[in-house]
Amino acid sequence: MTPVLAFAAAGGVTILAVLLIVLALVYYLVSVIVQLRTIAGGLDEVIAGVGEIVQKSAPVNEIVTNINEQLDAGVELLEGLLVQKAGMADAVGLVDGMYPGAAAAGFRNFPESASVKAPRIGEVYTRGTLTLARLGREAPIAAGNPAGPALRNVEGGSLAARLLYPEGRQERPKALPRSPVIGTDAPVQYEQRDDIGAPRKRLPDRPSVS
Amino acid sequence: MILWWIGDAVLLLVVLPVVVILLRGVLAAAKGIVPSVQEIAKVAAAGSKDLDAAALLLTTQQQVADTVAGVANYGGSLDVILDDAS
Repeated sequence: MTPVLAFAAAGGVTILAVLLIVLALVYYLVSVIVQLRTIAGGLDEVIAGVGEIVQKSAPVNEIVTNINEQLDAGVELLEGLLVQKAGMADAVGLVDGMYPGAAAAGFRNFPESASVKAPRIGEVYTRGTLTLARLGREAPIAAGNPAGPALRNVEGGSLAARLLYPEGRQERPKALPRSPVIGTDAPVQYEQRDDIGAPRKRLPDRPSVS
Repeated sequence: MILWWIGDAVLLLVVLPVVVILLRGVLAAAKGIVPSVQEIAKVAAAGSKDLDAAALLLTTQQQVADTVAGVANYGGSLDVILDDAS
């Protein structure tokens, strides 16, 4: 091979190699650009969605704070009224009667209420009062109460309904003596008295008075 | 002359594969980001749609205010009707 041809061949191979490298660069870089454009489009959608979220959630904090303030005022009012009218001990007992275990937390605006020993509210108020209170807070009455035992057993409603009334209404003889079993197969056999069924004894004639 | 051929061999056997491998890695990474971005866009759209009900908080706020006002009225009446505990 002449030197000129050798140089031409080597130069041609070099050009081919550089051309292949440039082609690879172009192909992959264009592909990456396409992918980056897709990513940019997706990020535009994300930014639009996040912008809507920010816009819609902007007043939430203020509104929820306002609602909480209103509810706090209501709680203060009701707690104050309950404590004022029923007294601290009975108020704690009434709340604990409706929501077992709530007395441990106490009232929000009366920190000392947490240390008050809750009386058994059934001894302070009649069961009817407690029932009415529960009706106002937890109707329907037959539904299970997640805060404690159900007021009524929905499966044995007839028996549970009796418990709604004061104890004096449901008292009944608990252990009456059973009626005696009679007959030839009775467990207790009594001897037959001879005088039963016998002719009546004749009384002696009374002496005449005359 | 020999060095030139060696240079050509290096270009074809080393540089070109290395360039291709590196660019394929970049392309694969870029392709991997696309589904994630699309999922994020869907979630953002869904989150924005979920917050459509946030406007109802204004109604809730008004109703809470009315309810508390009603409770306050009942409380005032009870305060008059019932005697204090002590």
